[in-house]
Amino acid sequence: MKRIAHRDSDETTRRTTRRALIMGGAMSAVVAVLGARLRYMQVDQADQYRLLAEENRVSIRLIPPNRGQIFDRNGRLIAGNEQNYRIIITREDAGDVNDVLHRLQRVIPLSDEDIARVEDEAKKRSAFVPIIVADRISWDDMARVATNAPSLPGVTPEVGQSRIYPLDTDFAHVVGYVGPVSERDLKAQENPDPLLQIPQFQIGKAGVETWREDVLRGEAGTRRIEVNAVGRIMRELDRVEGQAGADLTLTIDAEVQNFVNARLGGESAAVVAIDVTNGDLLAISSAPSFNPNLFVRGISYKDYSALTGNDHRPLANKAVSGAYPPGSTFKIVTALAALEAGVIDADSTVYCPGYYEYGGRRFHCWSRGGHGHLNLDGALGRSCDVYFYDVSQRVGIDKIAETGRKMGLGQRHDLPMSAIVEGVMPDKAWKMASYSQEWRIGDTINASIGQGYVLASPLQLALMTGRLASGRAIVPRLVRAIDGQEVATEEAPALDIPPSFLRMVRHGMFTVSNKLGMTGYSSRIVDSAMTMAGKSGTAQVRNITAAERARGVISNDQLPWARRDHALFVGFAPYDNPKVAVACVVEHGGGGSTVAAPIVRDVLLRILSGGMPPLAAYPESQRSRIETALSELPLRDFAALAGATGVRGRA
Amino acid sequence: MSFLEYRIQTVPSGPRKLLYLNWALILLLTSVCAVGWLMLYSVAGGDIGTWAEPQMKRFAVGLSIMIIVGMVPIWFWRNMSGVAYLIAVGLLVAVDVMGHIGMGAQRWLNLGFIMLQPSELMKIALVMMLAAYYDWLDPKKVSRPLWVLLPVGLILLPVALVMVQPDLGTAILLMGGGAVVMFCAGVSWIYFAVVIGAGAGLVTVVLMSRGTPWQLLHDYQYKRIDTFLDPSSDPLGAGYHITQAKIALGSGGWTGRGFMQGTQSRLNFLPEKHTDFIFTVVAEEFGFIGACSLLILYALIIAFCISSAVRMKDRFASLVTLGIAASFFFLFGVNMLMVMGLAPVVGVPLPLVSYGGSAMMVLLTAFGIVQSAHVHRAR
Repeated sequence: MKRIAHRDSDETTRRTTRRALIMGGAMSAVVAVLGARLRYMQVDQADQYRLLAEENRVSIRLIPPNRGQIFDRNGRLIAGNEQNYRIIITREDAGDVNDVLHRLQRVIPLSDEDIARVEDEAKKRSAFVPIIVADRISWDDMARVATNAPSLPGVTPEVGQSRIYPLDTDFAHVVGYVGPVSERDLKAQENPDPLLQIPQFQIGKAGVETWREDVLRGEAGTRRIEVNAVGRIMRELDRVEGQAGADLTLTIDAEVQNFVNARLGGESAAVVAIDVTNGDLLAISSAPSFNPNLFVRGISYKDYSALTGNDHRPLANKAVSGAYPPGSTFKIVTALAALEAGVIDADSTVYCPGYYEYGGRRFHCWSRGGHGHLNLDGALGRSCDVYFYDVSQRVGIDKIAETGRKMGLGQRHDLPMSAIVEGVMPDKAWKMASYSQEWRIGDTINASIGQGYVLASPLQLALMTGRLASGRAIVPRLVRAIDGQEVATEEAPALDIPPSFLRMVRHGMFTVSNKLGMTGYSSRIVDSAMTMAGKSGTAQVRNITAAERARGVISNDQLPWARRDHALFVGFAPYDNPKVAVACVVEHGGGGSTVAAPIVRDVLLRILSGGMPPLAAYPESQRSRIETALSELPLRDFAALAGATGVRGRA
Repeated sequence: MSFLEYRIQTVPSGPRKLLYLNWALILLLTSVCAVGWLMLYSVAGGDIGTWAEPQMKRFAVGLSIMIIVGMVPIWFWRNMSGVAYLIAVGLLVAVDVMGHIGMGAQRWLNLGFIMLQPSELMKIALVMMLAAYYDWLDPKKVSRPLWVLLPVGLILLPVALVMVQPDLGTAILLMGGGAVVMFCAGVSWIYFAVVIGAGAGLVTVVLMSRGTPWQLLHDYQYKRIDTFLDPSSDPLGAGYHITQAKIALGSGGWTGRGFMQGTQSRLNFLPEKHTDFIFTVVAEEFGFIGACSLLILYALIIAFCISSAVRMKDRFASLVTLGIAASFFFLFGVNMLMVMGLAPVVGVPLPLVSYGGSAMMVLLTAFGIVQSAHVHRAR
């Protein structure tokens, strides 16, 4: 039995061995599959997986560049970058966020709502994500947090850059402001700069900030960082510094700009001052203004509705966006056109009976009694309407329009500013195109005194005056230099109008401002080195109905503000060697010669004298009044400002 | 063959047994464990105290246990098989009733001094029980239906207990280990063919039951199947594990990124990098050469076991050796298939390399029985 068992046992052992070897074979097959799979993944597909691993690990972050600063022509800072202190908290370092926040509350002002907001956010975000507790805190608060750091785990003070406009309201309309990128901004661009994706990245929203965004923004630097699976930064692999934005130097003189703003006071008005020799804009002011810093920080609903609800429209840039009937200031163009057409010369006269009749209609002169016989000087000096009604008939609108365009009207001048209007310099073709109507003689009559269809911006009026004064087709310029490199300009070509005609019209303007009894006489400059020549205008904004006329036209100051006439004045100085031209529009201000002319005079004196207008330049009888008025102007203390931010250069 | 039939002269006795241990196997096991220490040191970011040191201490204990178990005569272990099986079943019942909840499943039993996973213990106990059964059974009867049904019952009892934990991975490993013992014992091919056919049918039914009221598996188990079939369908959710594991593995290349240079593991993209997915760290840091070497080490362990088993005259000894080798093979095989994306993610650690005390202890004890069979084989 034992032997049988042994034989059986042998057989069993052999079978076990056989089966064990089969099993070993199967296992070898599996091991071979595993090896083949390893080879396939690690050798054949290694590159692909290596790439995926890199994508996992490396993240590219942008380093926002410093935005270029903006200076005035004398190197005063208009738009700079401010260190922005903020306090952040990181949950994983803080431990008990609530406890730390309450301790922080004892150090810096922090409302319970702030604490609730931060706690809420901290719960939602990963533990290592820093959360902003307080933004734009003062340096003192910042220092207090830093000194208390040991008792505030996870709380870190941080420094960022933010735009600041130290001259707040002065340049709001020129330079504009920056703000965080909006969805709309992103959609507006076909291939947006990746920088725009940085949260809270600031870009220009208006004015020079928008229109020279290209040079101001600079180029982003990049940082390649290694991140772990939850996105935490482990280390920086490399870093390419970006390129800071270029600094801009404007042609504007900040002190003049400030003077103009102060001088306009509470009026709804605009002033443009231009250097007639080269077209440099010395001041572009629109009043009232607003504080652009509010927009940078995110304006409150209350502040914003106060701005939009104001009937003086502080947000509108009246200097370049406002299109006004130029009124009698347009007579400069009509006169030039008449001279060019040869229908008048300096001495030819027209009789003004107080009205002009054409086709059975009466067109009134502003002076009901009439001006009698007038030559060009007299017509400009007294601003006789009938004279220009008459000559415009003989010239025709197309020639007037042609001259107007030569002077810079009816065209959009390219400046890096928002909403620059083209204005209207009407002619027959324009009316046909716009209204599908024939041009009528009455239209010419209205246009000849700058009413009817004619519309011009203060910028255009200043340019017109500048071209007249210089005899050159100067072009307005706002940016003088980019990163210290002067923007190349060409010498402006001579105007296509014979200089003798220009001289005649200039003389007429001299008459306006310097001859007793003429419209601008009370706003004359008595200093012979700075003699002003100008032209006033009073633009009607309402139609005087027949009924009103029957009752007798009511004087301006009895009307509600919004229906009063616009006051305009254009002028240049010095008369014999023109340097500066200024245009002023005071919306609903009343008479141009009484309201706008004094402003233009003050601005011219401010620019030409290089300091406060010298009292000696004013007629003696006005000096004491003007002295008081000038001393009461709310001017900015530039000396104090210079100590803080006026130094040119980068922080 | 009973222990009385041992020819005492040819079987070493006393401390001399130390010389007759399967030292090559010990060397191989130690090498694999050493790879584990290196990797645990690496994934801890160069810190030995986190995982590597506890693992080394456990290895020291486990190695001692293995040698002690190896010096005890194999017949003792055969006689202990029934007891071991009953204890393991008892512990499985205990863990189901009062086990500590960990990772969403009841697997751990706190014995005060050690956290024990009874299903680990069961892998050995089941193999021992079946080997003892076939040692006892007349070889002529092995393919008779009644005598086949009994071991099937012995297998299905612990499988059922493990399934309710629920731990699909271990259940499959138990079935695999048991089936190999039956196969090596000579059970007819027909039974295996029937079971495989039935298994395929069951899989179909299980997949079809999804979403119906009589759904057979948990949602997370179906999710794992989905993820296995298409990991990219949910790269940050359920597919995240496998996608990141494949990236780590694939990016190793021929020679790897170098020790401690694996970005996938160091930057935490890899989940469970010190346990179930540790093989991907090996592959990432040491490349194809390193991963293949580890695979070869595992294969050599199996080869040594089989070659030892086929030289044994004792039926229990050879069956228990083959069963343990097969269980070991299933462990690393399933783990590697899983991390390479060839099998669904079932929580199976890489044997001897993954961090984990009780698993290694149990494995080394099992290899102790293999040693015992080797030392006490008839010569």
